[in-house]
Amino acid sequence: MNEIFWAFGRASGIVSLGLFTLVLLLGIVSRSGRPLPGLPRFSVALLHRSTSLMALVFLVLHVSTLMLDPHAKLSLANAIVPFTAGWNPFWVGLGTVAFDLVIALVVTGLLRQRIGQRAFRAIHWCAYAMWPFAFAHALGSGTNAVDLWFQAYAWGCAGLVAVGAGWRLSANFAETSRARLGRI
Amino acid sequence: MSRAQLELHIDFTRCDGRGLCTEILPELLVRDDWGYPVGRGGRDIHVPDGLAGAAQDAVDLCPLQALMLRRVTRS
Ligand code: SF4
Repeated sequence: MNEIFWAFGRASGIVSLGLFTLVLLLGIVSRSGRPLPGLPRFSVALLHRSTSLMALVFLVLHVSTLMLDPHAKLSLANAIVPFTAGWNPFWVGLGTVAFDLVIALVVTGLLRQRIGQRAFRAIHWCAYAMWPFAFAHALGSGTNAVDLWFQAYAWGCAGLVAVGAGWRLSANFAETSRARLGRI
Repeated sequence: MSRAQLELHIDFTRCDGRGLCTEILPELLVRDDWGYPVGRGGRDIHVPDGLAGAAQDAVDLCPLQALMLRRVTRS
């Protein structure tokens, strides 16, 4: 029975990393103002939202199964306050930081209309900080971190994020950047 | 006779021309060369009852909260 919690906790963590990678990329595409092939702009925005909620579900499963697991012995406080876990506190703590950021991102995302654009945007920038924390946590405290397939998967995610971030910073990132610069 | 009518207002101090609203409301809005939405019928954008739902979706989905729906009464 205990093994099940451990295995499930691990698997849901691995799935979370992939889903948050997808969420980040969809967010970047959304921000560019460009549609995707077969997916109009508003669908990209809706997909960004629904994928993020799905990622949250897996993340909550990840954290809660490890709270039930007798090896990990994660308490509720450990899950919220970074670097307090009894086991591997630094690397688990990085995951806790990512978890806290996700909670802030989701809450402000859902309340966007109410809290106003400025507050929403300020907090939403944290999405770029959240991912590296999650990635470092996956490599540092993941039981599978030494496995080749896991390395390939995690670094594959990192590659996609690097490409996305590079594109985000490039001059022609926004759909309208050419036109606005007078080069229509 | 006066009648309450639904009107869509675009706050251009916020809008960045991301084009979601023009996708959702092609009946009412077109995009100009810079990507900004322009009402097909001019400055005042009247929303017919059949498009009220779509207009609300546009308001909710605008990434910059630049859209507002309001009821105006014109005599
Ligand atoms: S969705 Fe919002 S930001 Fe985008 S074009 Fe319409 S009003 Fe402007």
